[in-house]
This record gives sequence, C-alpha cells and structure tokens, in this order.
Amino acid sequence: HIFCSSKNPHEESMSEGERARLMEEVEEKKKLIANIRNKPWRMKRRLKHLKEAQLFVDKFEGALGKGKGRKLYAYKVMMMKKWIKFQRDFENFKTACIPWERKIKEVESHFGSSVASYFIFLRWMYGMNLVLFSLTFGLVVIPEVLMGLPYGSIPRKTVPREEQDTAMDYSVLTDFNGYCKYSVLFYGYYNNQRTIGFLKFRLPLSYLMVGIGTFGYSLMVVIRTMAKNADVGGGDGEDSEFTFAWKMFTSWDYLIGNAETADNKYASITTSFKESIVDEQENQKDENIHLRRFLRVLANFLITCTLGGSGYLIYFVVKRSQEFANRDDLGWYEKNELEIIMSLLGLVGPMLFETIAELEEYHPRIALKWQLGRIFALFLGNLYTFLLALFDEVNAKLEEEKDIKNASIWFMKEYFANFTANNPNETGTPPPIEPADVIRGPCWETTVGIEFVKLTISDIQVTYLTILIGDFLRALIVRFLNYCWCWDLEAGWPSYGEFDISGNVLGLVFNQGMIWMGSFYAPGLVGINVLRLLTSMYYQCWAVMACNVPHERVFKASKSNNFYMGLLLLILFLSLLPVVYTIMSLPPSFDCGPFSGKERMFDVIIETIELDLPSFLGTLFSYAANPGLIIPAILLMVLAIYYLNSVSEAYKNANNELKKKMQMARDEEKNRRNNKDSTNQVMKDLEDLLPNRSNLPPPEEKKDKPDERKPKVKPGAAGNAVNLQKDVSLASVNPNARGPVTQAPGPRAPGPGNSRGRGQGPPPRH
Amino acid sequence: MQIRLYRNCQVEQEGEVWFALVKFVSARNKDESNQRLCRTNRTNNTMGATASKLPKDQLSEYQELTFLTKQEILLAHKRFNELLEREDRQQIGGSRVPMNKILTLPELKSNPFRRRICQVFSTSDLRDGSLSFEDFLDLLSAFSDSATLEIKSHYAFRIFDFDDDGTLDTGDLEKLVNCLTGEMDNTRLTSEEMKQLINNILEESDIDKDGTVNLSEFQHVISRSPDFVSSFKIVL
Repeated sequence: HIFCSSKNPHEESMSEGERARLMEEVEEKKKLIANIRNKPWRMKRRLKHLKEAQLFVDKFEGALGKGKGRKLYAYKVMMMKKWIKFQRDFENFKTACIPWERKIKEVESHFGSSVASYFIFLRWMYGMNLVLFSLTFGLVVIPEVLMGLPYGSIPRKTVPREEQDTAMDYSVLTDFNGYCKYSVLFYGYYNNQRTIGFLKFRLPLSYLMVGIGTFGYSLMVVIRTMAKNADVGGGDGEDSEFTFAWKMFTSWDYLIGNAETADNKYASITTSFKESIVDEQENQKDENIHLRRFLRVLANFLITCTLGGSGYLIYFVVKRSQEFANRDDLGWYEKNELEIIMSLLGLVGPMLFETIAELEEYHPRIALKWQLGRIFALFLGNLYTFLLALFDEVNAKLEEEKDIKNASIWFMKEYFANFTANNPNETGTPPPIEPADVIRGPCWETTVGIEFVKLTISDIQVTYLTILIGDFLRALIVRFLNYCWCWDLEAGWPSYGEFDISGNVLGLVFNQGMIWMGSFYAPGLVGINVLRLLTSMYYQCWAVMACNVPHERVFKASKSNNFYMGLLLLILFLSLLPVVYTIMSLPPSFDCGPFSGKERMFDVIIETIELDLPSFLGTLFSYAANPGLIIPAILLMVLAIYYLNSVSEAYKNANNELKKKMQMARDEEKNRRNNKDSTNQVMKDLEDLLPNRSNLPPPEEKKDKPDERKPKVKPGAAGNAVNLQKDVSLASVNPNARGPVTQAPGPRAPGPGNSRGRGQGPPPRH
Repeated sequence: MQIRLYRNCQVEQEGEVWFALVKFVSARNKDESNQRLCRTNRTNNTMGATASKLPKDQLSEYQELTFLTKQEILLAHKRFNELLEREDRQQIGGSRVPMNKILTLPELKSNPFRRRICQVFSTSDLRDGSLSFEDFLDLLSAFSDSATLEIKSHYAFRIFDFDDDGTLDTGDLEKLVNCLTGEMDNTRLTSEEMKQLINNILEESDIDKDGTVNLSEFQHVISRSPDFVSSFKIVL
C-alpha cells in the first residue's frame, strides 16, 4: 500500500516514529523492486508496480535525506544505487566475456543438453587452467626470465658439451631433450638464488607457493561448483520416486531447435515410456538366477584380470624404458613405447570392458555406472603403476646423484690442484670452468617433468587421431562408400558414430589429473594444457557437428554433473598425494632447480620465516606447528562434522513430518468440503471413540451422495475410480453418514424414532 | 544447408554427392534463420529505414523486471523486429506478432509445446496467441538460465494445462503424452498403455487423490527433479 501522504514530506521536523515507519516503507518498496522479477505476473502488471514503487522510493528517499544530519543517509542511498548499477553492469560484462556461447548453443540445439554439457565442462576446465597458467606464468616463469640469469650463464641453464651438437635436432626436441630440457619449461632451469633482481623477488619461495596454490585454487573452484550443482539439483531425491511424472514433465529438452533431433527425441521418449510401462507391469523374471549370478561373477573376474594385466604391462614397459635410457641406438618405437602402450590401453580397455559387460545383462543405467567405474579403475591403476615405476627411477637417480656429487667434488679438487701445480706463482682462484663442461647431476625432477609432458603430448595426439579416424573417416566412408556397398552402411553397421560423452569427460578429467601431478616439475605443462583445451574446443565442436548423430537413447546430463565433479575432486586428491610426498620427503637435486642445496624442499619456507618475517611470527609458527595444538584442532573438526551430520538428519526428519502433515491436512480439508467421513484411519479411530451419534439429524438423501461424487470421477482414471468406489461403499455402510451441507438444515426430526436403519430406503425429505 | 556428413536416411541425388564433398571442406554452419537474418538486414539498409531502437530507460526497466541481461534483451529486440511487418517496425511497443510467425523461430519450431507456449504468454484479448514485445520478453525471461524454479514450474504448469482450467486432469495428461510422442502414428501409445501411464503418473503426483494434479502438487514433483531447470530453457 502506498503511504498516505497527508503529511507534508518536506517538513523537517518529522517525529522519530514517523521517520522509522517511512524508512520501513521505503525498504519494503526497495525489496519489492529487487524481487519483482520473481513474481509470475505479466509484464504490464510488473511495470505498473515497478513504476509505483520507484516513484514512492524516489519521493520519500529524498525527503528522508533532507534536513540536518541526514546527509549520511542520503549519501548511503546514493552509494547503494551506484553499487547496484555497477553490479548490474559487471554482470552484463561478465556474460559478454564468456566465450563460445554461440558454438555451444548450436551443439545444444542439434544434440540436446547432454552432449552440450560436455562442452560446457570443457569450457569450465579451460577457465580454470587459464587461471592456473596465469599464476604459474606470472609468478614463476616471468620473474625467472626477466630477472634471473640468462641462458648459458650457469651450468643448470646450459646444454652440456656432449649434447650440444645434437641439441637442435627435431627428434631430440620432440623427446624434450636438448634445448627443451634446459629451458623454462622444466624444473631444472630455475636458479636457487634466494632473491633475484632489484625487487628482491623470492623465487624459490614463490615456486613452492605457486605449486601448492595450484592445488588450493583447484580445490576451491571444484568444491564451489559442486556446491552450486547440488543446490540446483534439489538435493538427492530417490531415483524412483517420481519416475513417471518426471518422464512426463521434464523429459522434453527445450533447447532442441532442429527437426531431426526433435524426431530422435520423440522416438526416445516413446521408447522410454513404453519401457517403463512394461517394467511396471512385468513380474520378477524367474530366469535362471544362478546362471546370471555365475555370469556376473565370471565377468567381474575377467575384468579384474584385465586390470591386473594392464597394470603389470605398464610396470614392465617402464622398467624396459629405464634400460633403454642407457642405450643409444633406439628406434622411434622404443623411445615412445611407454606412451604408446599407455594410450593403447586407454583405448582398448573400455571397449573390452563393454564387451565383457554384455555377459552381465544389467539395466542400461546400471551398466553405464559399472562401465564408468571400471574405466576409472583402469585409468587410476595405470596412472599409479606409472608413478610407482617412476619412483623407482627417481630412487635410482638419487643413488646416481650421490656418486656424481662425489665425482664433481673430486673433479673440482683435481682442477684446483692442477691449476696450482701448473701455475705455482699465482695464488688466486682458478678461472671458472665453462658451464657447458661442468659435470652434471641426473636431476630427477626434470626427468619426472619430461615424462609427464611426454605422456600429456601423446595423450593429446591419441585423442585427436581417434576423433579423426574413429569419427571423421568413419563418417566419410559410411556416407560415400554407401553408394557402392552391398548393405546399407548408414542404417546397419557401422553407421555414424555417436558422441561418447562419458568417455570424453573421463579423458578430460584424467588429463587434468596428469597436469596437476606434473605441473610442479614442469611449469610449462599448464601452458601446453591451455593450448590443448583451446584447440580441443574448436576441433571437437567441428567433429561433433560434422560427423556425429544425436543419441538414440538419451541419458540425462544434469544428475551426472556432480558425478563428474566428484570424480574430478577425487583425482585432485590423488594427484596431490605424490607431489606432497616428494615435497616432504625426497631430497631435491643438488645442482638443479630452485631448491638445490637444501635438505628438503619445504626448507625454503622455514628459511623465509627465519630471515624475512619478524621474529615473533617465527615463534608463532613454531607454536602452531606443535602437535599439541594440531591434534585438538583435528578433533574439533571431526566433532564439527559429526554435529553438522546430525543437524542435517534432523532436518530430513522434519521435512518428512511436514510432508505427512501436508498430506493429512489435505485429506481433512477435502473431507470437510465433501462432508463425508474421514478416510484417514487415524481420524476414523478417533471418531469411533466419540459418543453415539444417533441424536444427530438424520442422514440426508442418500441418493445425493453418488451423484455428488460423480463429477469428481474422471472417466479415464480407472485407478482412482476404484478408490472412490470404496469410499462410497464405506460411506453408505455407515449409518451415521451425513449428507453434504448444500441443503439448508431441515427441522430436527423427533428422536431416534425417525432415524433409518442401514441402507433402508431414502429418509423422509424435509 | 547444414554441412554434416550424416543425413536422415533420405535418398540423395548423384550430383549432390560431389557438391557436398566440395562444400564439406569449408564447413560453415548456416541455418535458415541466419540466412533470413542476413537478407532482412540487407533489405533494411537498402530501404533506408532503421529498425526502431530500444530507448535506454526502457532497457534498464526491462533489466529490472526480467532475468535477462542487456545483451539478451537487445538480441530479443532485434529478433522480434524481424518478425514484425515492415510497417509496424517503428512502433515496436504496441504491435503484436501473430502466432504463426512466432512459430517460425528456430528455437520454437521443433518444440511440441510451441502453440501452448504462445497461448500462455500471450496477453492478447483475442486469445489468438499473438505476442507483443513485452510478452516475448516475458517468455524469454521465464525460459532463461537464471529464472527461479518457482517461475519455471508456474509457467510449465500453465503450458501443460491444455484446457486452462487450473488443474492437470486426464485429458490434459493425455494430450501431453501425445505431444511428447510425436506426430507419427507408429510412435503413439496404445490406449491401454496410455491409461496405465496416466494411472502411474496420478499415483505418483496426486497427493490429495482427486484425480487431477494441481499447481502445488505439480510444483512439489518438479522441485525434486534434477533435470527440470536445465531442460526448461530456451536461449535465443
């Protein structure tokens, strides 16, 4: 309601009470303006209300702002207006900045929202990687390039003398040796100077912090997205709670803008309707349950064998690649054997699993879940076997390093002795050795970084090749060879490919896991990944539009969104583990990288605390690191989790209670409306406890009741008609049933004499 | 013409094969509405008539009142303009676009509920499904990404309510299923299947057992669905 403007709004002497009331009104109007788009009104009505509210606010805000001492209020109001406008402009700007909207919309309209969800996920990953890239690039690579020592000045930054003539060869570069190895791409290039340049930039500290910050940022972003998805999804309703209603009301995808896709969608909806009807009607199939169980056990056994076999194969190949590292006469296959084998396993494994899963005869959705779980296990197993084998290599290199360290110290002593022997008169230090000639340690971190980069590159190549051959070539063959082939290639086998959403998403997730693991040892890896995601977007969009058909059976994307995010989170933790382990327990190489010369990598932090921060902070940290403080903190967190869990249980129970109450209230209201006896068992029991109702007015015309009820019974609702029949029969059995109160109550009949017995003809009309 | 390798199993002429092969290399996806867009733009310029622009204060008002961003409102304005007859273009506020023109929009063309959508959002007194610009904005706002669940479920209910009586009874549900299963005879459900299906639906959603689904029951069902918000979306 509009505040009655009987008072002159420009009066300066408004009483405090009136001011408060006026302010409240203004706030209310402002809230209305903010929420007006949530109301399901027509635009005209909304416009009218908006204009009214705005007029009101403008008029009285001005009044409130006038007068002595109210300048603060006026100022606050003005700032709030500016802030809202700024927020809105910023939102518009942010939406304009989102890339590839058109492309994704195109894909959506042809393939539906599930395929498009892959591209949305890809775009999200691209955004996250871009941030990680800018962090790494800005805080680690650029300072080293701008303010650190240039190439060739110190041993770690120079190609050794033996390798210099092959350092520019293409084959060497594709192996990431030669000039690639001694560049900013890898860990070994960075100098361990505590501060560099005139800005006193602490590079080792920044390197460590960026490495940890990468994980921290990714964790935050993934969890935030998961929370947002969980919100929108409306919590986890049971799968089978509203199957039919959901199929009916939510199965159409309004983003479809293409007639062909729409036809496909119609077909799939019809199929799913028919299937679910059949499911409902079908009794439990009394098939041979023992045979089925045996087949399922057999299938699982076969798959476990496959997983074990692939793990062993990788271990074997990694060992072989270590032997190869010592030889020089390697063909292209031997050099890339590890990557080829891993990629092949990644390709062949899922296909094998799918074939074996035919034995199991699960419902398609359950089969999909099993399939995803198995692919996940395969990839994880492969990755961890690879890591374990790599660890062996690292340990071997650490051993080697000890020898080389001794050897290089020995060399220096010899060189010095030689120098003093040859020039007995000079006592100064000998001229420094050329950086290219210094004996180098094996630098295990760079080796690890190179392995990850090679793995990523080969993964990219395999993915792109698969799309090219598996989708594009296949589509070409099917389309153009069809004219001269005996059977219809399009309708039968092989036909066009469907876009494999889960395979692609899993590939993306695992790729990201590798990036997370490798980026600490190869800062350039994140840049490579950003390029890869960018080209993937365009390449896959083109491929899907040109070569793929829309799915026949449509799987919902949204519920699985959090599933993939959960997978990403799991991978994040699993890739965090090796990195943290190496930071904490392995000694860094003595002559390469930003932590060379230290006992452990995290000594940098301790050094910074001691040297750079004021002393009281140092004591503070030493207290905080005390186990006596950490253990209670952990206990507190466990208790908090337990408490929040029980609170959420309580909320769930309250929810259920409210639902039941709502149902009961509805029943009661309906009964009150129809004035028949309550069918609610509880109420019926209570009613039976009431005193005999023979003193009540006699029942009205019994014939009215079935007539009254007829309009409620819809012709098609057979199920409901049955219930209502039951209701009617119950009502007629009960002698005390009261008719509907549509007729005016007649004069009271005298006593029990007039009351009728059970169902004996119509009572007398009044 | 879409440059895609697959096609809907239609017989093609021989010549088209080579044509398709040549065009294939330069994959440019142009669909009809885009072509139409270009053409109308060109004719507009040659005619010298400028399409009416949206005044700034109206633009900011619409931003307040709908879930659309500024770009979306401007795009909607442009697309709506093209649907109008040339003489109505100057006065975009008052004119209405008849339903058959709205249904030529590619976003609505393949939608089985397109007529109902037009009728629900239309404020025309003639109840002919014609939309004014504000109705069009209402439509886009309800179907936009940032619209709330309540708005979407409210409008979804109205769209599914074919006879406009405020509840979804068996007739409405039957029409709904027929819309969803397509126009072809071989995709329709038999009448027993239909009966069974509707029974199941009413069993699930009809809480007060009156044989119809009213708005709050509908909203209750919809709010538990994880797919509804993401599939009930139309973006220009």
